Amino acid sequence: MKKIIAMILALVLCFGLVACGGTASKDDPTVKSEGVMTYAEYDAAELNSTVVIETYVQGKQSWWDNQASLYTQDADGAYFIYNAACSEEDYAKLVPGQKIKVTGVKSEWSGEVEIMDGTIEILEGNYLAAVTDVTAQLGTDELAASQNQYVAFKGLTVAASTDADGNEVAFLYNWDGSGQAGTDSDLYFNVTDAAGNTYTFVVEYYTCDAEGAYGADTAVYEAVTGLQVGDVIDLEGFLYWYNGAQPHITAVSAAA
Amino acid sequence: MKLRKKLALVLAAFLLCSLVLTGCHGSQGLEAFEIPEEFDTSRTYEITFWAKNDTNVAQTKVYEKAIEDFQALYPNITVNLRLYTDYSRIYNDVITNIATNTTPNVCITYPDHIATYLTGTNSVIALDELFADAKYGLGGSELRFDGPTQEEIIPQFLEECSFDGRYYAVPYMRSTEACYINKTLVEALGYTLPEALTWDFIWEVSEAATAKDAEGNYLVNGQKVMIPFIYKSTDNMMIQMLRQRGAGYSTNTGKIEIFNDTTKEILMTVAEHAATGAFSTFKISSYPANFLNAGQCVFAIDSTAGATWMGSHAPLSDISEDQFVEFETAVMAIPQYDPENPQMISQGPSVCVFNKEDDQEVLASWLFAQFLLTNDVQLGYAKTEGYVPVTAKAQNSDAYQDYLSRAGEDNETYYDVKIQASKLLLDNTEHTFVTAVFNGSASLRNAAGQLIENVTKSINRRETVDEAYMQKLYSDVTALYRLDQISSGSGMVSSERADLGQLPTTSKLLLGGLALTWGLIAFYVAVDKLKSKKKGVKTHSD
Repeated sequence: MKKIIAMILALVLCFGLVACGGTASKDDPTVKSEGVMTYAEYDAAELNSTVVIETYVQGKQSWWDNQASLYTQDADGAYFIYNAACSEEDYAKLVPGQKIKVTGVKSEWSGEVEIMDGTIEILEGNYLAAVTDVTAQLGTDELAASQNQYVAFKGLTVAASTDADGNEVAFLYNWDGSGQAGTDSDLYFNVTDAAGNTYTFVVEYYTCDAEGAYGADTAVYEAVTGLQVGDVIDLEGFLYWYNGAQPHITAVSAAA
Repeated sequence: MKLRKKLALVLAAFLLCSLVLTGCHGSQGLEAFEIPEEFDTSRTYEITFWAKNDTNVAQTKVYEKAIEDFQALYPNITVNLRLYTDYSRIYNDVITNIATNTTPNVCITYPDHIATYLTGTNSVIALDELFADAKYGLGGSELRFDGPTQEEIIPQFLEECSFDGRYYAVPYMRSTEACYINKTLVEALGYTLPEALTWDFIWEVSEAATAKDAEGNYLVNGQKVMIPFIYKSTDNMMIQMLRQRGAGYSTNTGKIEIFNDTTKEILMTVAEHAATGAFSTFKISSYPANFLNAGQCVFAIDSTAGATWMGSHAPLSDISEDQFVEFETAVMAIPQYDPENPQMISQGPSVCVFNKEDDQEVLASWLFAQFLLTNDVQLGYAKTEGYVPVTAKAQNSDAYQDYLSRAGEDNETYYDVKIQASKLLLDNTEHTFVTAVFNGSASLRNAAGQLIENVTKSINRRETVDEAYMQKLYSDVTALYRLDQISSGSGMVSSERADLGQLPTTSKLLLGGLALTWGLIAFYVAVDKLKSKKKGVKTHSD
């Protein structure tokens, strides 16, 4: 009897584990359910219109007051979900790759096209977008086509920022250095491309890594606070927009 | 014997649980603070100061210098600064820390938030006795700095920190809202700015600015983008409009009055101008300064504490230099319904002191809080934005008067828009007001703004805004901010938790039920154990 019970329990456990493993899903990110927009339809939708999409979480920007902001993508394009209704419990379930259905309103805020006032339904399915190298598009109008996507920048050089005391530093806590270590300050740092053009990149404090950690507990926060002016680095992140491109960086490493 | 022991343990556990449960009912927090006779300088103190800055490094430096100067005067007190850029984050963290008695010692805050902090027993220090203390009070004999007396704090600002007849904070900085105007565009539209702005004028000019040519360019600026009127803080917008109209918002004791016909009228006006593209908000479009400075906005209403971001030559900006356009900036009081009787909000940070077990530590905290009112700190911080100092001592000082007289000398320290914004409040202090503070007033404030945001969004989304819409909006906003759960009558402001009296019958029945359940569990365990022993059943596999 004991053996039978043990076998049944083992089987239940196995089935349970398989059900939890999203990566085992045969989900196709190009296929949409009925009543759901394709990326092209979403892209063509007017601002302030209601949109219904199926997409996959690629990164989590923040959760606050039962609202989640997410970087998401399907096989054809990216969608930034701003302040969608989401319990803290559900936010924890939104690991990278998780398929979700979002119903909300397409909006634009300082150039950032996003879905606001949305609701999220967690679906079965998993997809992680491949990173797109957009180094060559930096400073060009073509970069906007990759807005909100998971992107990479290769071989950029850390350029000096000026802190509150006029010193040249590799990064600032907040855009003007008004933040401090140990607080929820975003990190701002400058990088220069081969042509000598300088761009400002950001590490958002509340953006989670794959394990759900954020802020100073993440590898990217630690990496950026360890940068030196002149370091040549590769970066990955999400191509956020605020009055122009403002990449939200999630990974930094020495240039390959 | 063993069985009886186990039963006793189970019963003891039950009693403990009951005690914990009932202990929650009207539990006592910290002991009330008593001012020590003497400040014990033989001891060292480490206090924490949670401060808010407007993501402005100049403000960070003022805080740091204040701490440095204070520690030089009191070498036995170490002040640890924790910076925030958002009041709501401070509020959230304080609430979390009240439960564990790990609040900061000194905290920049809004009176609305203090009302909630006060629901913790003795959590926030009532400052009346400290104000009056001959040695360590305002202007006290034992202070190592030249602080203001109570009379030297601008009475209106000090009163904003008083609820239920007691002071729970001191004002730190004050600001109001200003209308930053692209005067060049107003005149290009054929209008002249009046001496005092009215709502009628703003709406009329804003509508005129929406005219486009055949290619979709706005006639007034030749650009594809123009939002004639943008309001940063829509909660302030609603609050001030209601006040100016003499309509209800809330009573002093927390009765919600915002859902009235005047509110509906205001919202219908907002809807009318949102529909033509004449009006939008920060939450929907972006920072007013970004549009104003790019020549894409005529009227931008924002805090005077945001003045350094406003105008053609603003020292702080989020847009690139090539997006700036040249125009003349006018700084005026917010529009009025009755310009003869102007009314505008008073806002800005205050400072509260949290209670601790050690009265000496609280006294050290109070000394630091008071130090923030000294002239150097007041002037230093006020100059970072369009703030005004909260003491007459600082306002009347030669240094401050000299600062005000030098408007326009440069685009940094003496940036004219910033100094004009400060003067606006200095000239209108008697026309400012604040809303009633009670537990829940912060939610009501959010709700006030939400009404305008929702109507504007709905219009943008081509929804119908009519009587039925308004009814649903009122209902949705009430539910969202739990306004129906705010109790009125007492103001809910008390440093002592109310005596809740005897437990209600339902609670007694529940506890009785729990007791019975625990008893039955204990009985079952005991009987089962006896049976097991008799049968010789092993309880662990081997």
